[in-house]
Amino acid sequence: MTPADPPEAVLSAIGLRRSFGDLTAVGGVSFEVRPGEIVGLVGPNGAGKTTIINMILGVLEPTAGFVGIVGVDLARRRSQALAHTNFAAAHAPLPGNLTVEQNLRVFGLIYGVQGISARIEALLDEYDLQRHRKTKCGVLSSGEQTRVSLAKAMLNRPRLLLLDEPTASIDPATARDIRARIVAFATADQGGVLWTSHNMYEVAEVCHRVLFLAHGKILLEGEPGSLIREHGAATLEDLFVSVANETRPAGGGPR
Amino acid sequence: MRASRVAAVVIRQFYLLRGSPVRVMPMVAWVAIDIVLWGFITRYLNTVAGPDFNFVPALLGAVLLWDFLARVMQGVTTAFFEDVWSRNFLNLFATPLTVSEYLTGLVTTGVATSLFGLTAMLILATTAFGLSFMVYGVAIVPFVLVLFLTGIALGILGCAIVLRFGPASEWLIWPIPSVISPFVGVFYPLTTLPGWMQAIAHLLAPSYVFEGMRSIVAGKGAPPTELAFGAGLAVTYVVLACLVFARVYRHAIRTGLIARYSAESAS
Repeated sequence: MTPADPPEAVLSAIGLRRSFGDLTAVGGVSFEVRPGEIVGLVGPNGAGKTTIINMILGVLEPTAGFVGIVGVDLARRRSQALAHTNFAAAHAPLPGNLTVEQNLRVFGLIYGVQGISARIEALLDEYDLQRHRKTKCGVLSSGEQTRVSLAKAMLNRPRLLLLDEPTASIDPATARDIRARIVAFATADQGGVLWTSHNMYEVAEVCHRVLFLAHGKILLEGEPGSLIREHGAATLEDLFVSVANETRPAGGGPR
Repeated sequence: MRASRVAAVVIRQFYLLRGSPVRVMPMVAWVAIDIVLWGFITRYLNTVAGPDFNFVPALLGAVLLWDFLARVMQGVTTAFFEDVWSRNFLNLFATPLTVSEYLTGLVTTGVATSLFGLTAMLILATTAFGLSFMVYGVAIVPFVLVLFLTGIALGILGCAIVLRFGPASEWLIWPIPSVISPFVGVFYPLTTLPGWMQAIAHLLAPSYVFEGMRSIVAGKGAPPTELAFGAGLAVTYVVLACLVFARVYRHAIRTGLIARYSAESAS
C-alpha cells in the first residue's frame, strides 16, 4: 500500500441482492465501510436496511452478491469473518434472564475475548453499568439495556460495528451519550461503523457518509453536509422526506 | 471447534440453573415420582407373583433407564428452548459460534443435567426399593451408553424440529419419549407386539437394551451382538440428527427464518 492508497475496507458489500419470492428487498447494492468511518444507512421503513444488516451479520443468505469483512469472505469463512464484527440492535436485546455481567461473560467467551474479566470491568466502567452488574437485563430500562447491548458490542473491539437503530426509543440525553461513545470508538479504535437510524439529526451529527436507501437500492450517497447543499435542502431530514416522497409509489400511502 | 465458545453455551445454562430452583426441581421431581410409583407397583407385583421372579430389576430398572433417556433428551432440548424463550437466536447466530460448537454445548449441558437426575434416581431406587445396577453386571455400561446416545440424538432432532417449525412446535417434542416407549418394549418383551410394531422396534436402539435387560434378569445374559447392533444404531442416530440440524440451520439462514424466528416462517 502506498501512502495515497485508502486503508483496506472493514466491510465490502458488492452487488448485494436479496429477494423473498417475487419481492426484491435489496436490489444489488454495493458499498464499503473503511476503518474509523461511520456510515449511516437511512431510508423509509421497508427500504431494506435491516435486510442488509442481517446479510452482513450472516443470519440471512444473500440471493446474490458478496460480503467481505476485513477481506474475509463471509459466505466461505463465516466464523472467521464474524469474529471481526459485533452488533447492537434495538430489536435484539440480550437475554433478560441473565445479569449484565453474565451476559457480557457469555458473549465474551463466544467472541474469544482475551483477559475477559478485565475487559468486562473496563466496559462496566465505560458504560456506567457497575451498579447494574448483578441486575438481570430484563428489568433494566430501555436506555440501560441499550448501554448493555453496546458494551456487549464492544467486547471484542470489533473492526466492524453494526448498529441497527441503537438509539430508538431512548431519551435525548441518553442518545447523545451513546452517540458520543460510538464516535469515540470509531476515532480511538479505528473501527468502522454501519449505523441505521430514522433520526436524521443524529445521522448528520455522527456519520461521515450517508447511504440513502429506498426500495432496496442506494439512491444517494455522500457526506451529509455535501448532500444537503447539493440537493438544496435545509436539513438532512428535509432531504430524507423529499427523497422518500419521490420514491413512494402513487397511492401508496399518506404524503 | 473452539472450547471457549462451547463453554459459553454451557455457562449460560449453568447461570440459568444456578439462579432458578424451578429449573433444577424438574430434573429430580418427575423422575422421583416415577420411581416411587413404579417402586410400589413392583413391590406389589412381587407379593402376588411367584418367588422365582423379581420385578424390581425387570420393571423398576426399566423405568429408571427409560427415564434416563428422556432426561438426556430433555436436557438437550431444554437448553435449546432457553434460547427460543429468550429470543436469543439473532444474538447467538450473528457471532463466530458454529453449529457444531452450539450443538456440543447443548449436548454437554444435557449430559450434566441428566447425570444429576440419574444420580438422584439411583439413590431413591436403591435406598427405597432395593434396586441395584449390579444385577445387570458389566452390561449396564452399554445399556446406559445406548440410551445416552439415543437421548442425545432425539434431543438434537427435537431442536431441529423446533428451529424449522417455530416456537409453537415445542409441544411436539415433549411427548416423543412417550410415543417411542410402546415400540421399544420398556415393560414387556418385543414378542408381545404385533408384527408391524416389532419391525419398527428392531430399528430402535433402546429395544436392544430392554431385551438385553430382560435376558439378564431371566439368567441368560445379554446378547453381545445385539447390544453392539443397538450401539451402532444409536451412533447412527446421533450422526443423522446432527446432519438434520445442520440442514435445518442452513435452511433458516437461506430463508431468513433465524432473523424472523418469532414469525415461525420466513414467508
